[in-house]
Amino acid sequence: MPDAYLDHAATTPLRPEAIAAMEPVLAGSLGNPSGAHRLAREARRLLDDARDAVADAVGARSGEVIFTSGGTEADNLAIAGITQATGRRPLCSGAEHHAVLGPVRAAGGSTVATDHHGRIDLAALERELGAGPPIGLVSAMLANNEVGTGQSVAGVAELVRRCSPDTFVHTDAVAAAPWIDLASHTAAAHLVTLSAHKVGGPPGIGALVVRDGTPLAPLLRGGGQERERRAGTPNLVGAVGFAAALAATVRDRAATAARVEALRARLVAGIGEQVSDAVVLGPPEPDRRMPGTVLACFAGVDREELVLLLDRAGVAASWGSSCSSGASEPSHVLAAMGVAPELAAGALRLSLGWCSTDADVDAVLAVLPDAVARARGATAPAEVSAR
Amino acid sequence: MMSGGVDSSVAAALLVDEGHEVVGATLKLWGGESDSGCCSISDVDDARRVADHLGIDHHTFNFGDAFTEHVVAPYAADHAAGRTPNPCIECNRHIKFAAVDERARRLGFDAVATGHHARVVQLPDGTRRIARGADADKDQSYVLHVLDQDRLSRTLLPIGGLHKDQVRAHAAAAGLRTASKPDSQDVCFITKAQGRGSFLGDRIPLTPARVVDVAGTAVGHVAAVELVTLGQRKGLGLPGGTDPRYVVGIDRATATVTVGGPEDLLVAEQLVAGWAWSAGPESGDVAVQVSAHGRPKAARVVTDRDGGAVVRWAEPQRRVAAGQSVVAYVDDLVVGGGTAT
Repeated sequence: MPDAYLDHAATTPLRPEAIAAMEPVLAGSLGNPSGAHRLAREARRLLDDARDAVADAVGARSGEVIFTSGGTEADNLAIAGITQATGRRPLCSGAEHHAVLGPVRAAGGSTVATDHHGRIDLAALERELGAGPPIGLVSAMLANNEVGTGQSVAGVAELVRRCSPDTFVHTDAVAAAPWIDLASHTAAAHLVTLSAHKVGGPPGIGALVVRDGTPLAPLLRGGGQERERRAGTPNLVGAVGFAAALAATVRDRAATAARVEALRARLVAGIGEQVSDAVVLGPPEPDRRMPGTVLACFAGVDREELVLLLDRAGVAASWGSSCSSGASEPSHVLAAMGVAPELAAGALRLSLGWCSTDADVDAVLAVLPDAVARARGATAPAEVSAR
Repeated sequence: MMSGGVDSSVAAALLVDEGHEVVGATLKLWGGESDSGCCSISDVDDARRVADHLGIDHHTFNFGDAFTEHVVAPYAADHAAGRTPNPCIECNRHIKFAAVDERARRLGFDAVATGHHARVVQLPDGTRRIARGADADKDQSYVLHVLDQDRLSRTLLPIGGLHKDQVRAHAAAAGLRTASKPDSQDVCFITKAQGRGSFLGDRIPLTPARVVDVAGTAVGHVAAVELVTLGQRKGLGLPGGTDPRYVVGIDRATATVTVGGPEDLLVAEQLVAGWAWSAGPESGDVAVQVSAHGRPKAARVVTDRDGGAVVRWAEPQRRVAAGQSVVAYVDDLVVGGGTAT
């Protein structure tokens, strides 16, 4: 295990509440929730309870929650499902997660510009809504996963309602879910994506909230589960863990956000003191970004080398996004924000989570200056050099 | 560097056995499709799983931009200019033994190891040379001639003393999943399905050309003069039943390819650019090799101050296609090399 885990935005440890909720389900040999016997009914009840808990956290009705295999499937379902149901193309900003960009492009949609913090440019969106063939869906993430910038989904929805009343609004709330109240911040969206493993639930489960009256064609067809919108035997243990993690997140949210905001402030101040030319991206105001994410750029550094040096010093960090090979790819988010390529090449994402501590911040600050100096070509100290 | 093949897997295993602190790195060099090279996801997976098996860390390095700039773009430009480039050598020159080595230095490592079939030997005077690998059929010393003394001092080639069957036996004995994986040979950024012509056709204009004999009589045509190489025999659309005919001249300006007998290719001297001696000049006889697995031929090399060189063959030899590496050996040691002009 690393001395310090600063990659909570990639995935965050399971919450004890999720483990406690899942253990009896894993051990309990329950039936298939679709069955007609007692064990099936028990499973059905647990699934219903989990669905209620997720609905509560998002301010939705239980029937509006579709369990999926995760955030990526929920994004795909929202975008392909609306595109197919309406016959109209989707739109999003260039700073969206790949799970949104991929299906938007596959559905013949296009991207619109962002501002320098990664928020969709409302003037550009308005132009795009008024030009060309009608738009079926606008997807606008509640918080950016690489930089942590928050975005007003209500503002986007208001513009869409005014310019193109038949267009639906989707928000990927995965990166925002640990930090801000989902019910109020997503109320204006017709569709909301959630993922369990970013809030201390297990990977392999997520949800798409689809407000009543929103048309949606299924991606997966088969046994008609999830009200004909997502076929497949439900991931019961995942749903139970997801619900427990989300409930715990909501319960502790205000306190966790305040505590992590203080950790972040110390981290940002320390980076600035130790590496004077570090550039921290995103809005400085706490109410315009998430508390957990610090995206710092170091000119003259290759982010692959910086992450590797930190790894070898016991700090788990990230450069933002990665492809399945584990290599870094140029960040489309930073490119959309207009960050200079030489600065983006030295991007480091340090992300905090529900269980981060002062010791994590201390550990990063203890090794970061040396790692940056070495990535910039300083001679390595002898005691850490390899044979 | 672990490509996901058996050679670099065993190279890593041998270094671990010797007690080095080893970190495996796989290079992601090309964003497009690859079915034979070192950047496909399945090769990265193999490298990572071998590293796991050996108990060492594994990282994937994205050198895609540098690879495009220093290897792929010049590959296309060379073809457009009528040269026959060797992209593996450019990758060694600019990526594997340059960008990776510089990264390794910054990360605090003393050496970069690869699974090439060649050796690094140190002479009594302290200087180092690339030496042929123990397995003559697999010898890769030719593509490593670009390493200077500084790079050689930080280069380890752990399998250079082994035959390929010994490498495979070692891999099998160590339980490495790559033990029976087939060798990769082709240019890593061009898929078999796509082919060289299609790859180049997407990047440079291809020009149809007449094929004439040495007397100037038209005998055929080719679809792209950019794909024709000096000395080429096949793919010229010539009727069979005659003595073998080779490309003996390529005129890009008039889009004319001239074919002739092997004697029409023979020259007494070969001009070379960018010549570099591995340590210092060799004034006496050397053996000069002009392709990866070609037979070395006796010659002397006379160099000027600007890196130009003249290879004076002991016996007339076939002219070398511009862009190919010309490498001088003394016995088994690489002593210098450059690029045919």
